[in-house]
Amino acid sequence: MNFSEHKHVVVIYPHPDDESFGTAGTITKFREAGVPVTYLCGTLGEMGRNMGNPFFANRETLPQIRKQELIDACNVLDMNLEMLGYRDKTIEFESRDDLAERFKNYLEDLGATLVITFYPGYAVHPDHNAMGAAAFEAVKRMSLEKRPEVWATAFSNDRIENIGKPNVVIDILDVFDTKLDAIKSHRSQVEGMLNQLLSHSEADNERDAALERFRYEGFYDVNIDEVDY
Amino acid sequence: MDAIKLEDVQSYIDQFAAKPVYVHLETTNGAYASHFNQNAYNVGAYIRNAQLTYHQGKIVEHNGSFRVGLKHDIGWIYAEGLTDYEFSEQGHLLLAGHDNQGRLMVALEISQEPFSY
Repeated sequence: MNFSEHKHVVVIYPHPDDESFGTAGTITKFREAGVPVTYLCGTLGEMGRNMGNPFFANRETLPQIRKQELIDACNVLDMNLEMLGYRDKTIEFESRDDLAERFKNYLEDLGATLVITFYPGYAVHPDHNAMGAAAFEAVKRMSLEKRPEVWATAFSNDRIENIGKPNVVIDILDVFDTKLDAIKSHRSQVEGMLNQLLSHSEADNERDAALERFRYEGFYDVNIDEVDY
Repeated sequence: MDAIKLEDVQSYIDQFAAKPVYVHLETTNGAYASHFNQNAYNVGAYIRNAQLTYHQGKIVEHNGSFRVGLKHDIGWIYAEGLTDYEFSEQGHLLLAGHDNQGRLMVALEISQEPFSY
């Protein structure tokens, strides 16, 4: 994989932490190759139910806490951040048309050559699926010569039987510590999860347990004219 | 937030009685419930900024967690499984129930000003 081939990578996900779990290693590799990366983050994860473990956030303080965690993670990843101001759990009820137009304007203004988003229908959370569908639609509305490549993240249990295995798989071993730092920026969301990973793993420390789970980042390189969404 | 003290919360509930208030009410088992357990089924609901005036409100303890009922002119607000509370600097009464990993399962919040969008 020659990361420096791209001019600008735009990541489109709905929640603070989506970028870190699925894509932080890949983002780091693009940044190390000198490619600008911009994150269009849909919401502040206002309705998340993780409040830290032991919990330190509540429903009313969570948005500001997650906003700062998002900023911290983007600093770790050396990535530009645009917060789009939608509300957690409501993306699927927004106008797909309006979302797609807004994303298209960003992609054209930024000169995106690669979009990384969720694979609609195979990304479990309704916000993931709706954000991915609007991102697919945005790319489809662009003229052929301007269209960026699209890599989609899928993790539903039925993904392999329906869309096969990811055709882009990136081993992020050499940048894993940056990824783990980005993940840990989302303190309210990950404290319990990292403990659980360790308890379910044969690894004897948190870093190795996380490495087992997060070493490979897989994407579906999608031909936008050939997929249903 | 701190563990609910019944008398303290009752006195906050009484302070908001007979005044126009905004209520946030939610429950959830998480967006990933059926992803991690095929026998589970995602359930969640929230109402943000319902406007009402209740005349009578009460908190009741049951086996270490709490239920709250607020009686208003044309119906009720009800929440079960509340464990923790906070009266915030903004004058919000925040009540929530958490599981053993600190994850929110139910919340009931009362304020005289609308909660932020």
